Amino acid sequence: MDKPLTRNIKPDLAPVTLAEYRRSGGYEGLKKAVTAMAPAEAVATVKEANLRGRGGAGFPTGVKWSLVPQAAGQKYVVVNADEMEPGTFKDRLLMEGDPHQLIEGIAIAAYAIGADTAYIFLRGEYTLAARRLEQALQEARDASLLGRNILGAEFHLDIHLHTSAGRYICGEETALLNSLEGKRANPRTKPPYPQTSGLWGRPTVVNNVETVCNVPHILREGADWYRGLSRSQDAGTKLFGVSGRVKKPGLWELPMGTPIRELIEDCAGGMQEGYTLRGFLPGGASTDFLLPEHLDLAMDFDSLQRAGSRLGTGTMIVLDDATCPVRIVLNLERFFTQESCGWCTPCRDGLPWVVEILEGILAGRGRPEDLDRLEKLAWLMGPGHTFCALAPGAAEPLQSALKYFREDFERYLPVSPALSLRGEEHRVPLLEGERRAAGG
Amino acid sequence: MAKITLDGQVYDVDAGENLLKTCLSLGLDLPYFCWHPALGSVGACRQCAVVQYKDASDSKGRLVMACMTPVTDGLRAELEAPEAREFRASVIEFLMTSHPHDCPVCEEGGECHLQDMTVMTGHTVRHYRGRKRTHRNQYLGPFLNHEMNRCIACYRCVRYYRDYAGGQDLDVFAIRNDVYFGRFEDGVLENEFSGNLAEVCPTGVFTDKTFSAHYVRKWDLRYAPSVCAHCAVGCNTSPGERLGVLRRIINRYHGEVNGYFLCDRGRFGYGFVNGEERIRQPSLRGEPVSIEAAVAHLAGLASGRTIGIGSPRASLEANFALRALVGAENFYAGLSRAEAELVAAILDVLRRWPIRLPTVREVERADAVLVLGEDATSTAPRLALALRQAVRNQALELAQELKIPGWLDAAVREAAQGAKSPLFLASPAATRLDEVAEAVYRGAPEDIARLGFAVAHCLSPEAPGVPDLAGEDARLAETIAAALASARRPLIVSGTGCQSLEIIQAAANVALALAKRNPERSAPADAPDQSPPSAGLTETMKPVDLCYLVPECNTLGLALMDGRSVGDVFAAVQEGAADTVVVLENDLYRRADAVAVDHFLGQVKHLAVIEHTFNATAEQAELLLPSGTFAETEGTLVSLEGRAQRFYSVMPPAGEARDNWRWPAA
Repeated sequence: MDKPLTRNIKPDLAPVTLAEYRRSGGYEGLKKAVTAMAPAEAVATVKEANLRGRGGAGFPTGVKWSLVPQAAGQKYVVVNADEMEPGTFKDRLLMEGDPHQLIEGIAIAAYAIGADTAYIFLRGEYTLAARRLEQALQEARDASLLGRNILGAEFHLDIHLHTSAGRYICGEETALLNSLEGKRANPRTKPPYPQTSGLWGRPTVVNNVETVCNVPHILREGADWYRGLSRSQDAGTKLFGVSGRVKKPGLWELPMGTPIRELIEDCAGGMQEGYTLRGFLPGGASTDFLLPEHLDLAMDFDSLQRAGSRLGTGTMIVLDDATCPVRIVLNLERFFTQESCGWCTPCRDGLPWVVEILEGILAGRGRPEDLDRLEKLAWLMGPGHTFCALAPGAAEPLQSALKYFREDFERYLPVSPALSLRGEEHRVPLLEGERRAAGG
Repeated sequence: MAKITLDGQVYDVDAGENLLKTCLSLGLDLPYFCWHPALGSVGACRQCAVVQYKDASDSKGRLVMACMTPVTDGLRAELEAPEAREFRASVIEFLMTSHPHDCPVCEEGGECHLQDMTVMTGHTVRHYRGRKRTHRNQYLGPFLNHEMNRCIACYRCVRYYRDYAGGQDLDVFAIRNDVYFGRFEDGVLENEFSGNLAEVCPTGVFTDKTFSAHYVRKWDLRYAPSVCAHCAVGCNTSPGERLGVLRRIINRYHGEVNGYFLCDRGRFGYGFVNGEERIRQPSLRGEPVSIEAAVAHLAGLASGRTIGIGSPRASLEANFALRALVGAENFYAGLSRAEAELVAAILDVLRRWPIRLPTVREVERADAVLVLGEDATSTAPRLALALRQAVRNQALELAQELKIPGWLDAAVREAAQGAKSPLFLASPAATRLDEVAEAVYRGAPEDIARLGFAVAHCLSPEAPGVPDLAGEDARLAETIAAALASARRPLIVSGTGCQSLEIIQAAANVALALAKRNPERSAPADAPDQSPPSAGLTETMKPVDLCYLVPECNTLGLALMDGRSVGDVFAAVQEGAADTVVVLENDLYRRADAVAVDHFLGQVKHLAVIEHTFNATAEQAELLLPSGTFAETEGTLVSLEGRAQRFYSVMPPAGEARDNWRWPAA
């Protein structure tokens, strides 16, 4: 099985040097692009390969590139390396393990859209990635793979590494642009999209790290090869992660469309002894829960969408039967609440309300109508109701937990309001796993 | 035009506007917070949700924010769709989760946009049971209160203060539901238009502190349509009165003049109306007398050899009444000698040259501006705010090229970044507009005039040149000329600020030279048909926009009545033409030096003064006649754009004071 993204990554995770990268065919894709292809051909190749964005939304990358106006003038490529969602750690591996792969991808993207400047917007806490990227960038500059007349072509590029000051919202591509400009990291109005009015008002393509890392391989091996890697209509391979109470939590490169069961049972080794699978967030913290009945679904954009969730970043969080889903949801909602930029009302004022209700429920102050209220809040924070995708993402684990794990919420509700009025303690029934752990 | 369907009703509306503005213009109730007609749309508050349908067959529709939705032909939406109503009520409920229930003690109560919108959406029962987030308030200076707990985070304040008014010291801090709108630390707000925050804020975060000192509810105030008396721009205001005390001034919308905003001087500069220095009682040689006795004494004085001195801060009516009392030949405008000359020169240019006086709104549309010798922020503040908007036209054009509508405010700013239309500023000292100017010229008035003449010469070789101009200045003149020549709506701003006739002439020359460059344009119907001031002027010239800033609220109106200065009065009395003088609301010590005034007053046998507040002239009056301020009388003022505007009395003058025009008319 071909694993283009991770094939160079060493078992000890030491970074691949420029020499090693080139020995494995590195920068051949770039060479092919700048010496043998017009920019439009490079765009067409990526389009034909059907590469879809790996940052969560799954927008076709070639289409995104083709929306950049052809006219000359300053344009930018910006790489979204602000990987900050709880449970997501895929881009980190690519940047720490094989930084030149990213640099080559950026160079091809820049050539394709006519940019001579690119930025990597890196999560501030990724200090190791920052060091390794800086080092790789210097290697590339020294080898004239960046700078003027790259590989002898009429193509110039410099790449700047920018480390973020640390806000989740910077992962939203337009908030990222504002942050890069030194402004408050609030998302921007769309339209206009960054392709027409992006960084400093200029045409800009913002791509996720993993997305860009696919590009050198597509250029080198061709679109047909790339589509052939997949087990579904979505092309290529994808980094899939699993965290939670599985035997071997980790990250694997697998064909797009790999069934969830293979991921959890084969790659992650199944559940730890004594724990049963209750559900999972297939695409990370901002996707809807799915259930064991969904295990045979293919991990690709459309299959998960049809099941009511999303592929997201492809990094799954597993829920076992000894972990309370209400507490998981509360944990996530606290994160999203804290990271709301404060711009639009449903996110700014809706998320703290969700947290307030969940805390109340867990503290025994819940009321039956609270669950309806949570459902309504999830609706109010839904897609199109807010300014950006942060709150809709936050609503996904909440709304699906209410749908699939309603009894877990209800078990905290006092049976009789009079009970709580008298100050008597309400005994919360134990979860299956909790009972087992307690020896009952 | 576009045909749109809202709640089943078909309307013909302008295409390209946003749906919220369109709905409001149609008189449809749709709640909103972050949108403001002068600030555009940003889509932050999510309050103006409606359900939009793709086409005739779409029965489900989707929720959209009206403020972010462009109006296109065939658009179909429902404001009353249950989903939209529920969403809007819920957004209000969100905004109210931390809002204090202090309406009974809140100064915004009764004129609170948040109250109105809450009632409109029908949110009545509170479901949130948690604690409210709280903030610490700041001291923002003598004009504005700060009560951050009431904040609903609509972002209007910072968008107005920073983006519109160019302020730097108010910003948004922190994130999530802890966003804080204030200064980095306590301190007086620096911007000279800060008072508008009290009106821009949809609830009681920013309120008028001067009003707090003698607060009453809105419904207990009596208002009258008024015009600001503090400069010549003629901003429309609504003074509010109760129990004989002027409590506050708020903006009164005039689309061609002040729009939605006033300057702080206009808004907060009303204390003199309630001041201790007011004259309340007629007096004769320092002794109180009855109105009848005062009127009789004035009539006696006026029967002799009497001169009347008018006032640029009194209405046309009051000046006319005085002129009628003493006779036209004995009526003197009463400007200082220098000012009279300057204003006469301005009137001469305005009457005979191909010049158009733009409205403040038109100033905002200018795409290249030359300011010659004026610090507009000091002499005509609201016009300076308009110039700040004019500078944005380049950004709006850039956005238009990208098909971004002008009302999509944040997107326009992000696309155009700092792009500015050219504003050139020549003044003797630093001004607040320097920061948005493409180039700033510092020099003495004579240097500024020379720069202006050089610009005119660059535009038209017929205009006299300035031979010995320094190379750098000559290049600047060329740059300015090129920018004005290539502009579609060039504007020149000048005035009496530098007390320089040359500057006024230079500004006129620039306008004339610009007009000569476009002889092919046909003259509009209202083009001046007076004889041209110099050779080469053709009747087909299109008038050029030129703003002359004059100092007082009725300077232009008074100058239209009479052009003679206090210097002329002094000469007339010196020659023995009169021994009695009636002064209307004019402190002569502000029009001439004290020695000259003292000498003059020594020669006058009888001095009658009509005045509302004590000053050095009034204190020497034989007969002192108390008048009303702008708030207590009515009349007409002519603004710097030549607009005659009527203001009305909001309360009767206290004590024995009367309308200023009533004394001479009696």
